[in-house]
Amino acid sequence: MSESQRAHIIGLLDAGTRLDGRKLTEYRKDITIERGFTKTAEGSARVKIGETEVLVGVKLEIGRPYPDSPDQGSIMINVELLPLSSPIFETGPPGIQAIELSRVIDRGIRESHTVDFKKLCIEEGESCWVVVIDICALNDAGNLFDAASLGAYAAMQDVFFPKVENGKPVYKEKTKDRIPLEHTPVLVNVCKIGPHLIVDPLPEEEEVVDSRLAVVSMEDGELCALQKGGDDPISLEDLDKMLDLGIEKAKVLRKFLEK
Amino acid sequence: MSYKERADGRKFEDCRPMEAKVGVIKRADGSAYFKFGNTWAYAAVYGPRTLFPRFMQNPTKGILRCHYNMMPFSSVGERVRPGGSRRSKEISMVTAKSLLPVLDLSAYPNSVVDVFIELPSTEAGSRCAGINAAALALADAGLKVKDIVAAVSVGRVDDQLVVDLDYTEESYPEGHVADIPIAMVPSTGKITLLQMDGIIPKDDLVKVVELGKKACMEISKLQKDALRAKYAGSEKK
Repeated sequence: MSESQRAHIIGLLDAGTRLDGRKLTEYRKDITIERGFTKTAEGSARVKIGETEVLVGVKLEIGRPYPDSPDQGSIMINVELLPLSSPIFETGPPGIQAIELSRVIDRGIRESHTVDFKKLCIEEGESCWVVVIDICALNDAGNLFDAASLGAYAAMQDVFFPKVENGKPVYKEKTKDRIPLEHTPVLVNVCKIGPHLIVDPLPEEEEVVDSRLAVVSMEDGELCALQKGGDDPISLEDLDKMLDLGIEKAKVLRKFLEK
Repeated sequence: MSYKERADGRKFEDCRPMEAKVGVIKRADGSAYFKFGNTWAYAAVYGPRTLFPRFMQNPTKGILRCHYNMMPFSSVGERVRPGGSRRSKEISMVTAKSLLPVLDLSAYPNSVVDVFIELPSTEAGSRCAGINAAALALADAGLKVKDIVAAVSVGRVDDQLVVDLDYTEESYPEGHVADIPIAMVPSTGKITLLQMDGIIPKDDLVKVVELGKKACMEISKLQKDALRAKYAGSEKK
């Protein structure tokens, strides 16, 4: 990204607008969530924010509980930044960008205690459900953080457990059992470019972000996970504003998770 | 015991319901999806772009690379572990071979055209769906193609010749099953992909490939309609 492009983006932000004409803290208009787009997963969701599109599928496996939590199941979140979704993603094992994204989403879900892991236990010390959430980027038109996080939650809402026979899941026969979800954690990635705070960045904006803060908050406004990114440090004043913006915008996105 | 009726009520020479759309991944230089029933393939083309490492470059023309990948949740059974397998590598290779005969990359020395095929949902016939989507994506990318390759799997379940095998047929419990994915250049009728596993007499093989050719013509029409849906009208401006 050249200095002139950065100057152009900041010039627009100074004037209160963006490359696509939005206000600084405005999401793209066309946000959609389609649950159950594939029958091959136990739960699935297709999330679009503008032209950004992610596909999320949940597979349920039966595993052994960890020795330090014999009465609990577990979840695993994996993000695939597929090279089909952007010219800058490459084939091969997940890079740091995918790993960070999956870990931040994982923390948001785990620390919100929305899933009671004890309810994923089948037989103490012997067997439990392992909820594997795979998030695949289909088109990266910016803000994969928010889209991936929305998708992970929406796909969990769509899950029906399969029948179990002889300790193994029978994937073709679904039961009516769902994953009990107690809270609705929502991630908002707040970005700082120059003196300005924005949400829902485009790829061109993401390239010139100085610092960012992924804010995961719950329905009562309490925070459950944070991740600061970007090269520049942030002041306490910045932090305060970024948290406010993150919590405020989560209310907008949460509406899409209320079925 | 013979195979009398298909589980989904199709005629033996019919494909599952098909759907094709072009320009579905905006960041890519060309893209499409293609569906055979519950088997869906997305394809995105990136390039021509300079190929690295440089020792792989060809100074006389560009090269084509295909990457076939199943999304981790795309199979009804267990989760597919990400990272590729011997199977996906082989399919990637035969996919590239099936598309290359109609593709002219002589104008792009030292370059590569990457085709990424991703499957969100699979139920047999995924490599053929991938080829159909990839052929469309190459055309959508504005590359010089002589034709749009069409692919379908044909075969024999017991003593019945069938087109576009679904999962129940591919894993038919009794008798012999032959599964034969083919790809064809519609304008010349030449075969660019041919694989088989299973057992089939030679006469039946020739007959069933002939049935596959008819199905490819139908697929070809659908592909061309999908391209027209995006581009028709644009030439009038």
